[in-house]
Amino acid sequence: MSELGAELRRESLISNADPEDFIALLKPRVMSLVVFTALVGLVIAPGTIHPVIGFIAIFAIAIGGGASGALNMWYEADTDALMRRTMNRPIPGGRVSRGEALSFGLFLSVFSVMVLGLATNWVAAGLLAFTIFFYVVVYTIGLKRYTAQNIVIGGAAGALPPVIGWAAVTGNVALEPMILFGIIFLWTPPHFWALALVKCEDYGRAGIPMLPNVAGVDATRLQILLYTLVLVPCGLAPLWFGFAGMVYAAAAVLGGAMMLYWAVAIYRVREEEAFRKACWRMFGGSIVYLFALFASLLLEWLGGRLMPFAALTKGYFT
Amino acid sequence: MSASETPPGGVRLTPEEKQRQNKRSRAIGYAIAGLCLLFYVITVFKMGPAIMSRSL
Repeated sequence: MSELGAELRRESLISNADPEDFIALLKPRVMSLVVFTALVGLVIAPGTIHPVIGFIAIFAIAIGGGASGALNMWYEADTDALMRRTMNRPIPGGRVSRGEALSFGLFLSVFSVMVLGLATNWVAAGLLAFTIFFYVVVYTIGLKRYTAQNIVIGGAAGALPPVIGWAAVTGNVALEPMILFGIIFLWTPPHFWALALVKCEDYGRAGIPMLPNVAGVDATRLQILLYTLVLVPCGLAPLWFGFAGMVYAAAAVLGGAMMLYWAVAIYRVREEEAFRKACWRMFGGSIVYLFALFASLLLEWLGGRLMPFAALTKGYFT
Repeated sequence: MSASETPPGGVRLTPEEKQRQNKRSRAIGYAIAGLCLLFYVITVFKMGPAIMSRSL
């Protein structure tokens, strides 16, 4: 064997990864959104769950989300290497091999589904398994490289965590978590298309047919505006269906107004630098919007929990 | 790796590779300990006192 061949062979035999690289495979930032939305689904569900079991359910959902991230990176290693935003990920960065990422992702997928099933119920576990399948097989392998509607359909995977959280408590699916599902589902396209507008060269180089690359910038501006116009009323739906209060109303109205403002800015602004700024504002602002909606549901739930204690202390001191 | 390709004395790790291997081993150790704790906690909190009241 030549010296170079021996070196290559050696590199393929000896892992170069740090534990941090395996954590990076889980896409911790995406995981944090999964944890947060699943937690809200879990706490607003009627019925009770032991807090420790609830914590384990959220942990399992987080690991399931992470596992789909690892499997996504396993499949997309070649295109990740072509994009500036992703070229330093563990696989294109040469620190983790594709085989390691695949086995890591598969193991964690099975593990997370089993733990959720054993700790809560098999409806929630089945939904988690479906989410992982949908994200990896339907979105990553089936849609992402072939259609500009990739993130529209694929967004269903990212929208399922509150439904799983709800099912972990109740063992079924109801209208309330489906409304939360709808909010995240409709939020996904304007959020990612705002990013795609500023990164369309990157996506073009990697051959990923994001909407700006396929339909053009103007069509994407219009689509962002249209989706935002549907998203904002849908964001108010929890009020109509009676599972949200005044804090949520404030977040949904103010946040919705801001989303519309950012979407209109993207649609109208033509000057290059101002347009890029508008896109980044929508990208970052939409995260704050979604966070505010779910945080207000969580706050209202906490408020409801603390109310009896507040009443007690009031009676005690007066 | 076949015998003819293996360097004499086996593959020798560089100090950096050795350090990474140790870090990975430690992480796997912690993960296994965490798993034991996780299944213990699930068992106790799912079954509660019923763990003990099972016919042998």
